Amino acid sequence: MIHNYHRFDCIVVGAGGAGMMAALETSRRVGTAVVSKLYPTRSHTGAAQGGIAAALANLEDDTWENHAYDTIKGGDFLVDQGPAEVLCREAVECIIELEHMGLPFDRTAAGRISQRRFGGHTKPNPDYDPNAAPGTPNARPRVPVMRSCHSADRTGHMILQTLYQQCIKQGVTFFDEFQMMDLIMVEGECRGIVAIEIATGQLHVFHAKSVVLATGGFGRIWKVSSNAYALTGDGPAIGYRRGLPLEDMEFYQFHPTGIYRLGILLSEACRGDGGVMFNDKGERFMEVYAPNLKDLASRDVCSRSIYQEVRAGRGVGGKDYVYLDIRAETINKYGTSPTGEKVDSHWVEKRLPDIIEFARTYLGIDPIKEPMPIQPTAHYAMGGMPTDIDGRVLANESGAIVNGLYAAGETACVSVHGANRLGTNSLVDLIVFGRRSGRHAARHAMEASFQPVPPKPETAAKAEIEGLLSRPRKEPWAKIRDEMQRVMMDDCGVYRSAEGLERARQTIADLRARFRDLGVQDKGTVFNTGLLEVIELGNLLDLAEATVASAQARTESRGGHAREDFPNRDDANFTKHSFVYRQGEGSTRIAYKDVDTIYIEKDGQRVPKYPLEVRKY
Amino acid sequence: MAATDTQKRKLTVKVHRYDPERDQAPHWETYQVEAEGHDRVLDVIQNIKWYQDESLTLRRSCAHGVCGSDAMRINGVNALACKILIKNLRSDTLTVEPILGLPVIKDLVVDMKPFFDHYKSVMPYLVNDEPAPTTERLQSPEERARFDDTTKCILCACCTTSCPPFWGDRKYVGPAAIVNAHRFIFDSRDRAAAERLEILNDAEGVWRCRTVFNCTNACPRDIPVTQAIQEVKRAMLTGDVGVEEEEGAVALTA
Repeated sequence: MIHNYHRFDCIVVGAGGAGMMAALETSRRVGTAVVSKLYPTRSHTGAAQGGIAAALANLEDDTWENHAYDTIKGGDFLVDQGPAEVLCREAVECIIELEHMGLPFDRTAAGRISQRRFGGHTKPNPDYDPNAAPGTPNARPRVPVMRSCHSADRTGHMILQTLYQQCIKQGVTFFDEFQMMDLIMVEGECRGIVAIEIATGQLHVFHAKSVVLATGGFGRIWKVSSNAYALTGDGPAIGYRRGLPLEDMEFYQFHPTGIYRLGILLSEACRGDGGVMFNDKGERFMEVYAPNLKDLASRDVCSRSIYQEVRAGRGVGGKDYVYLDIRAETINKYGTSPTGEKVDSHWVEKRLPDIIEFARTYLGIDPIKEPMPIQPTAHYAMGGMPTDIDGRVLANESGAIVNGLYAAGETACVSVHGANRLGTNSLVDLIVFGRRSGRHAARHAMEASFQPVPPKPETAAKAEIEGLLSRPRKEPWAKIRDEMQRVMMDDCGVYRSAEGLERARQTIADLRARFRDLGVQDKGTVFNTGLLEVIELGNLLDLAEATVASAQARTESRGGHAREDFPNRDDANFTKHSFVYRQGEGSTRIAYKDVDTIYIEKDGQRVPKYPLEVRKY
Repeated sequence: MAATDTQKRKLTVKVHRYDPERDQAPHWETYQVEAEGHDRVLDVIQNIKWYQDESLTLRRSCAHGVCGSDAMRINGVNALACKILIKNLRSDTLTVEPILGLPVIKDLVVDMKPFFDHYKSVMPYLVNDEPAPTTERLQSPEERARFDDTTKCILCACCTTSCPPFWGDRKYVGPAAIVNAHRFIFDSRDRAAAERLEILNDAEGVWRCRTVFNCTNACPRDIPVTQAIQEVKRAMLTGDVGVEEEEGAVALTA
């Protein structure tokens, strides 16, 4: 047996919002350790800005059913409806739980949690009149609602800090700076993980009854990305290599307002609080693409609109960006403040302090006085490892469970985001389903007994590392990464086509071949981050392969997957989730699973609770 | 965007290096690079790592100043490498060293354990054992504002490792730990202020602070660190942790 052997009832991999939420649940009941390649407070949950939605109705009428409808519509009817209702119902109690943990939400005058508007979050318009003249306020069937609970524009930071604080209070065990290398799978069930201790280069075996994967997203596949360098999809990639499927990988969200060139996120709260996007001619172009919600349409719609403007030559200075304007005079001119009342610069600074600081630091622009150049940035994976509502990972499209294996947060696909995630719902997802995963993982660990791990579970990871250390460098690995990011941005980004996707498939296959010959220059064992970056690149390449294969197979446009050659949604053939499997080297297989639909009795008839509709904002 | 943003600049980058497996002692290594004005110091270091010398070692993650991984000494001053732009450098020589006062593991990577141990020692979590209501605990905007500054801390260690008293005495809890104690001491929902003040009422607690202000200057989140420390000292002397009386301010909790 390996020297570094650990045994815990439950192992949580990743220490962002989902991982720590799960760990708080499991560690109350069973022996738990969190294994994370970063110090917990470095996790990218901390970069989330504008808020976390829950129908608290602190500032205006709202219901969790409104939230569920928005989630399902926002996901372009690919959302599993039962899970979406769980998400929106439990969001309310989860927010209260976070507040009781000490999360410092902003407050209303009455001392309640403050809420703000966000893209795609609506409620029925009480004054709706189907006969009203188009464009008038009463013609809008739904109107924006203040649902996003916030702490200025650093809500994710507060969630991450609060959960870490609670983990300290509860005495949760952490293995900081341990990077997962492999899952220990025996007879189709998970019995632990193998990880490398970054400080020493040694491999460790973590034997467990329950393993919760919460490794975050993989937005580093694309060139312009809001994602941290660490977001390399380690959990999904390892699962995929181990024969597990990935669900809905073709659905990737590009956030409309990334800082030009850098991709750093400028929160949707900018528009929720009244910010407006303009093209080179100073036109508020969202009036054309989303006449009702305009700049508060959902993210996929806004990102495509920006691309259309740029293609029509209306990008600023003919370039590939547009402006986001949060100046008080602009908000007042268009009457877009949340209450419709006039605001001043002081109000904007108080609502969006970090956004303003990012612009000052990275653009040298003061957004109180000038608009900010923005472009869509790769932001969030709707897809991931398929799970049920208790976080249990599915082995196939028929719903078979992988015993002992859980996934939560961006790593997982429940699926509550469908084809396009609503703003703030990522935070809701990781709290609600992090908690549910933790509860089920604890229950499983209490009922199950430790099953033996094979004699040398670290063999595959050891061979991978030894191969990289023994081969000559040949070429900088970063060149392979750069080429991957470029082809994914050009051919598998906001818009896709059969021709571009085939080019992407071929390029990724070629890059994977070059990757197999790579060696690393630094042959040391202590903190060999060069070695780790190459291993992470391998994960990204695998996920790029899965993304392109899924995108090729879906010959329709829906949510975050826009095919230029198939511009319409094809409900008859594609109201279903994709499951992609690796079939040996360089070959993939796609299967499909029906969307979970809720039916109700209406006038003696069984009808869908959320009938399909053309998605317009 | 301004011309300076895309203007190429030739830089001499001096990096303080130490690999425990190869080096007897730390040494300087120099690289010649070309960078654009809007590049971050982090971009420069990573480009060296990716294309010149893969063994150069650092921590980084978010690359925009919110995760706190890449604190280092840049031209002698603590900062996050992702928040310093090349166009803002005064000289064409860029010097990069690990932060001081924590053991160096390799190159720019230090052992953060002592830092986090100090942080954990001040009870950095909400304590309130009273039965919670079914909704949120109420807190007025004024009560919430009382500790707003200190909620911004990202635990990057820029403050603590710029503090001369900490360099001289590593048992001193340091500015970051006090900032995080402040965040709870002045939170109207918390009930453990007295215990935290007791922990910090010590020669290795707030009284080690000599108001050098390095911490305040180093903080990448613009937290008035020295002021927060002074407020904790004052609370220790007066026992008062409430909202300062202001007209219109309403306390919603007892």
